[in-house]
Amino acid sequence: MPEPSTTHISVRNLSVHYGGQPALKNVSVNIPDRKITAVLGPSGCGKTTFLRCLNRLVDTVDGVSVSGQVLVDGEDLFDPAAEVTHIRKKMGLLSQRPYPLPMSIYDNVAYGPRIHGQSDRGELDALVEHHLKLAGLWDEVKGRLRAPATSLSIGQQQRLCLARGLAVGPEIILADEPTSALDPISSAHIEGKFKELRDQYTIVIVTHILRQARRLADYVIFMYMGELVEHGPAAEVFNAPREKQTREYISGVIS
Amino acid sequence: MNRRSAEESIFKGLMGLSFLAILAALATIVGTVVWKGLPAMNWDMLTKTPSGGFYLGGSGGVLNAIVGSLYLAGGATVASSCLALPIVLGLNVYARRASRLVTFTRFSMDVLAGVPSIVFGAVGYVLMVALGLKASLLAGIIAVALLILPIMIKAMDEVVRLVPQEMAEASAALGATRLETAFLVVARQALPGLATAVLIAFGRGVGDAASVLFTAGFTDNIPDSLMSPAATLPLAVFFQLGSNLPEVQERAYAAALILMAMILIVSLVTRELSRRLSRHNVR
Ligand SMILES: Nc1ncnc2c1ncn2[C@@H]1O[C@H](COP(=O)(O)OP(=O)(O)OP(=O)(O)O)[C@@H](O)[C@H]1O
Ligand SMILES: [Mg+2]
Repeated sequence: MPEPSTTHISVRNLSVHYGGQPALKNVSVNIPDRKITAVLGPSGCGKTTFLRCLNRLVDTVDGVSVSGQVLVDGEDLFDPAAEVTHIRKKMGLLSQRPYPLPMSIYDNVAYGPRIHGQSDRGELDALVEHHLKLAGLWDEVKGRLRAPATSLSIGQQQRLCLARGLAVGPEIILADEPTSALDPISSAHIEGKFKELRDQYTIVIVTHILRQARRLADYVIFMYMGELVEHGPAAEVFNAPREKQTREYISGVIS
Repeated sequence: MNRRSAEESIFKGLMGLSFLAILAALATIVGTVVWKGLPAMNWDMLTKTPSGGFYLGGSGGVLNAIVGSLYLAGGATVASSCLALPIVLGLNVYARRASRLVTFTRFSMDVLAGVPSIVFGAVGYVLMVALGLKASLLAGIIAVALLILPIMIKAMDEVVRLVPQEMAEASAALGATRLETAFLVVARQALPGLATAVLIAFGRGVGDAASVLFTAGFTDNIPDSLMSPAATLPLAVFFQLGSNLPEVQERAYAAALILMAMILIVSLVTRELSRRLSRHNVR
């Protein structure tokens, strides 16, 4: 029996509509602190929408309406008084394809700390080095920090994006199919990093790859057509799913 | 020969003819200006202002118009950049994508970009009188700025729209404000295109005669303040072309040659600049 862990993100009755069309229906779930939570479900079931609610990037969509609560450290993200830049600073985001910023490798990692007020050269150098090491990219780029970020391979760019996200000092890492654009070796690299980081960060990863979820997840959320069908510790959901849809998804009947 | 390969050859022929037509047009313009203007071209044209009888064939040059044009187009370009950049970043980073304001602004720019420049000259004139100004560098700058603003906004909007939404989101996800995202990321990625937009607008402003006809005045002196009148190259061409003295007409072509050379230089600088600025660009 795994030890019961504390909750980091508490999602309560979260619903999202895009221009009137429901994408998330009344989702409530507690995401455990410093564990890897995998969000699974067939295409279009609302996984990305769910993830983008957690850092309020969902706000950027035209005609979106959100109801419900997302509590992080007891603070409701959707409270009108909540400061969105402060919320996002707590979360690192890895998207499906890496999107480096149009600047050098160094400046990509330093971007976050700089906008949050760090201007000391020595501190920045140290932050950049530390986080590039944390993302496992340092040895490959230490000689060319001033080169454009786009001169890196896609796999390296994804690790750069990880370093960039970590450099703002988040507590949470959100990842939306972070390996789907990567080759197997780069994917394994990212997965390995997640395993190393799970003790210090709460990680929420959306994935289509069932085997990846089995390898990584401590906790699993299974969604279907905008609804939360099942959630629980990974071992339970994978070995003894309670719901029919989960069973079918895990055995590959629906995908 | 079957029908499809016949179609292919006909279209190839058509393409060839079109290319020839374009080349011929370019060669005719450049050829005429060089052929008619070169005899009147000399160092004095570039370095002297007109002396007393210049427009009757006396000595001197068009330095007044060269400097006047640079001041006018430069001032107008700076002024409209200061308006265009916030508008374009506002349209693309701040406003909701499909909002009425955005659609309406884009539509207005399409309309304004098609308005003939004499209309901007006339509106500029009315504005000048309303502001209590005389025909001057400042009034000319206002008229030219009005003329090139929609052109600049359209050119900037086109490049800023191409910046991937995900890139702006990556910046937002790090806790950047929209202002930081707009200037540090979106404008940075669009920088080569923004530079091109500024210089396209400059080129359009420097070559326009109608907008400055009533607003900038015309003088033999180099303007020494915003309130003094300013000569421009397009008007120097226009006035001298109207003369019935052949040597004065030749000078009109020489002034046109100078104008064309200026635009050529601006284009070359633009290309080089945008090449250099795109070093960090994400493609
Ligand atoms: N910006 C948007 N505007 C309108 N509808 C949207 C938007 N984004 C997503 N949707 C709709 O919301 C639903 C959920 O989409 P979402 O992207 O969250 O699914 P997903 O589970 O991430 O799918 P996938 O596995 O294919 O990435 C879908 O029906 C989708 O069409
Ligand atoms: Mg998705």
